[in-house]
Amino acid sequence: MEAFLDGWGLTLMVFLPLAGALLMMLIPRSHEETLKVYALVFSVAAAVMGILVMIWFDYGQAGELQFVVDRSWIDAINSRYIVGMDGISLPLVALTLLIVPLCVIYSWNHFPDPKNPKAFLILILILETGMVGTFVAQDLILFFVFFEVVLLPMYFMIGVWGGEERLYASIKFFLYTLFGSALMIISFVAVFFLAQDPSSGDALRTFDMRTLSSIGQAGMLGTAGLWIFAGMFVGFGIKVPMFPFHTWLPDAHTQAPTVGSVILAAILLKLGTYGFVRIALPILPEASEDWAPWIGLLAVIGIIYGAICCLAQTDMKRLIAFSSVAHMGFVMLGIATLTDFGINAAIFGMVAHGLITGMLFFLAGSVKERYHTMEIKRLGGILLQAPRLGWILGFTAMASLGLPGLAGFWGEFPAILSSWNPAAILPLETFRTYTIVAAVGTVLAAGYLLWLYQRTSFGRPTEEFATEQFRDVEAPEWVAWVPMLLLILALGVYPNLVFGVTDDAVTQIAAAFGG
Amino acid sequence: MTVLSVLAQLSGPPFESLPIDWHALAPEVVLLSVAVLITLVDSIGLERARPLMPGLAGLGLLGALIPVITLAVEGSDRVLFGGAYVVDDLSLLLKAVFLLSGYVIVLLSTNYIAEGDYWEGEYYNLLLFSLLGMVVMASARDLITIFVALELLSIPAYMLAAWRKGDRRSNEAGMKYLLMGVFASAVMLYGMSLVYGVTGTTLLEPIGLIFAEVGTASVITLGVIFVIIGFSFKVSAVPFHTWAPDTYEGAPTPVAAFLAVASKIAGFVALISLIYFGFLGQSDLIEPLLFILATLSMFVGNLIALRQTNIIRMLAYSGVAQAGFMLAPFAVAASDPETSLKAVVTYLVIYAAMNLGAFAVVIALARKTRSGEISSFGGAFQYAPALTVAMSVFLFSLAGIPPLGGWFAKFSVFAAVVNAGTTAGYVMAVIVAVNSVIALYYYAQVAKTMWMDPVPDGDMTPVGVPPSLGWAIVLTAALTLLFGVLPGLLGDVTDSFDLGHLELLAFPG
Repeated sequence: MEAFLDGWGLTLMVFLPLAGALLMMLIPRSHEETLKVYALVFSVAAAVMGILVMIWFDYGQAGELQFVVDRSWIDAINSRYIVGMDGISLPLVALTLLIVPLCVIYSWNHFPDPKNPKAFLILILILETGMVGTFVAQDLILFFVFFEVVLLPMYFMIGVWGGEERLYASIKFFLYTLFGSALMIISFVAVFFLAQDPSSGDALRTFDMRTLSSIGQAGMLGTAGLWIFAGMFVGFGIKVPMFPFHTWLPDAHTQAPTVGSVILAAILLKLGTYGFVRIALPILPEASEDWAPWIGLLAVIGIIYGAICCLAQTDMKRLIAFSSVAHMGFVMLGIATLTDFGINAAIFGMVAHGLITGMLFFLAGSVKERYHTMEIKRLGGILLQAPRLGWILGFTAMASLGLPGLAGFWGEFPAILSSWNPAAILPLETFRTYTIVAAVGTVLAAGYLLWLYQRTSFGRPTEEFATEQFRDVEAPEWVAWVPMLLLILALGVYPNLVFGVTDDAVTQIAAAFGG
Repeated sequence: MTVLSVLAQLSGPPFESLPIDWHALAPEVVLLSVAVLITLVDSIGLERARPLMPGLAGLGLLGALIPVITLAVEGSDRVLFGGAYVVDDLSLLLKAVFLLSGYVIVLLSTNYIAEGDYWEGEYYNLLLFSLLGMVVMASARDLITIFVALELLSIPAYMLAAWRKGDRRSNEAGMKYLLMGVFASAVMLYGMSLVYGVTGTTLLEPIGLIFAEVGTASVITLGVIFVIIGFSFKVSAVPFHTWAPDTYEGAPTPVAAFLAVASKIAGFVALISLIYFGFLGQSDLIEPLLFILATLSMFVGNLIALRQTNIIRMLAYSGVAQAGFMLAPFAVAASDPETSLKAVVTYLVIYAAMNLGAFAVVIALARKTRSGEISSFGGAFQYAPALTVAMSVFLFSLAGIPPLGGWFAKFSVFAAVVNAGTTAGYVMAVIVAVNSVIALYYYAQVAKTMWMDPVPDGDMTPVGVPPSLGWAIVLTAALTLLFGVLPGLLGDVTDSFDLGHLELLAFPG
């Protein structure tokens, strides 16, 4: 079994969904039930592979890449098919493999207009391949390809199944991301040509992330490294999204169908932060040190700005979207500290945000399905009309504002704490200022989430809906939500589930900064 | 006493015909024979022979591919006619691209030409002659051979552009193309004569060595500029692109595909030969000149493409922009000759597959919509999902989105300009990046119309795709995906190019 997993585990995990998508293309559109079953089977099969890999994963060696496969791919540019998993990839892979089947289940009976489950499910499966692939790729070009594979399905998902303004939102999402990735690929190519072997001074000419991280920075001193980092910064920063590159996000989130928003919030945004942790920091440590204060600055601006925007929103989904800007600000702040503590917090923050905000978007979708509106002022008294839905919304909102005992706390609190003591080379006063600003951000977060909850769930239903009967949480919703709710609780009570896995790998990255 | 022997006596030693390597010339010979055969069959069989024509032409093109393959397998470089004609891995790859593109064009033409009641025998005959010119171009390493190849490929194309002779726009297309084309030829020929005047030879290799040594001189500058301008018309680079949209729109759509792909690639092949085998030593002139051409082509092509409502005109302007992307590596031709040459070739190969595919889908959809307006394709996803998915593959490949072939083409360009390490190279990388984003917008708009808009007249009858057209779409889509997922296949071929001479030309002494 172990030999099989060593050779094929990750590859199967990545490509099973794609195989499913190809198979589904051959099935006529009218066989809806068959198509749904296939989509579920293949996404669950990928998850099973993932579980097997996680069972056989050596947690004592979580800092090392495991299940590594290294095969030739594009010889002409010395780019290879290298996949591997370590403690940083594992939680994110697990998150992806969990969310996608849940999305398929949630969609079961409520596909957004214009229906067409076949195309919708095929897009979800292609997305899954892209996302899982990004988290396990260990070659810059392979990473880039997977990173981009998610673009098209998401574009179509927003554009075809989205809301009123879907066309504008989808093209905006696409153009922003493509611009970032164009700069990113230039940076990767520059790394390829400029990276030198520290001992011999020879050009390395490799895209292998393992080699590039291990030599870290060698030969790319001075301004070249700074510029290369800038390219990656824009590429990853747009995806995160960091202030001021965030403007695509509220539109995309608001217009996307529920499942699209969930995948976008829960996983796609993490591709950007993961890129920082996996690529930008280890490969360009010196440039990272120079950029870190600026990343921190943009992060705290994002925290405050996102929170203030949330307070001003009248649309529930848009509010949740802006809360993503704020939450990802905490993640970026953790990364900017360049410390073991901060980066661990950041990865925890990614997982927590994925579960919590994913859950919030599910809830928003279900509210929309019942009330046919997201206008906060038209909603009210959800707790009376659909009490279970209301309670779950309350639970998730608490988790999102960082209530201790739930997952959100362990994403935010350590990130804030870590910025009090950033890596020794970073300016202490600056980061301590960030600490204070970020702490204010948590107060604002409590403000907008509680206010949202109060306005939508408490009180009496508005006149408009006063006489209507609403279905409470239904079976597919329970199946999709219970695992996420349990995980939010479990991670909140026992955060070591994630910290224990990530710490070894993170320590290695932080070691470059003396942390 | 025969004329020959008189001549022989006058010029000294007796005349001996050059030894000819027939294996090396086999692709050209096969192509020529099939073209002649088509004329014969057409004139003997008349109406009865009409249905045979596309099949004959298609088989002829595949037949010509066989010697290309045997030559590639055999692997040794063959130099003919005193260096004027070279058959090596580079030229074989390009020949294969021309022959396969020609094959796809024949597939696209089959129903279009038969159902449109056009002349068939002549159509395929001219098509094959034009392709013959391109195949010759791939091997030409001599100014005169290049010129002959250019005329051989152009003159049939002028006629093909005007093939719908009852239609005024088609006449306009052919006329415009002819006038622009001969003007460009004249300018180019003048440039060639200047180059010959300075160097005393028409062979590119000695020209290259002389250019590398003598440095700049105003006559050389003028000659080189004229030659490059001449081919800029052919590849429709800004500011010499004005014929392209009108010609593409007026010409029969398969011919537009032919001009946009095969003919444009032929122009690039000539540029490759001239620059990388001849003019490389004049780097102070070549690099800025092509930098400007590339930048203008990208920006102008892309910005005008944004405003197009007709799919053919959109593809024409996008073709101008694509020419800009292909010209970009030339801007670092002398700084990094090897990588930039490979980047151009890589781009050409992938461009052929994806752009032909896009035209194929347009032809298929136009069978139902009877219109080239982008809006007429609205909601195609609902009645022709397979065509819509195929079109999306081609469009997003043109935009350079992984894992579709176009990404590797763009990547090669990035790699080439960045690897050069010059300021111009880095600036070019950013320009290419910005233009990739602009281009995505109009490609995505077409995809948007097809996926997301309502069907304009509510007519949901499925599109009947004839088998030849369907096969063309499958073939091009498969190649587009293959180049995207396993670009190594193409990389291995370009890696085998023997480019030892480049160092000599680019960095003399």
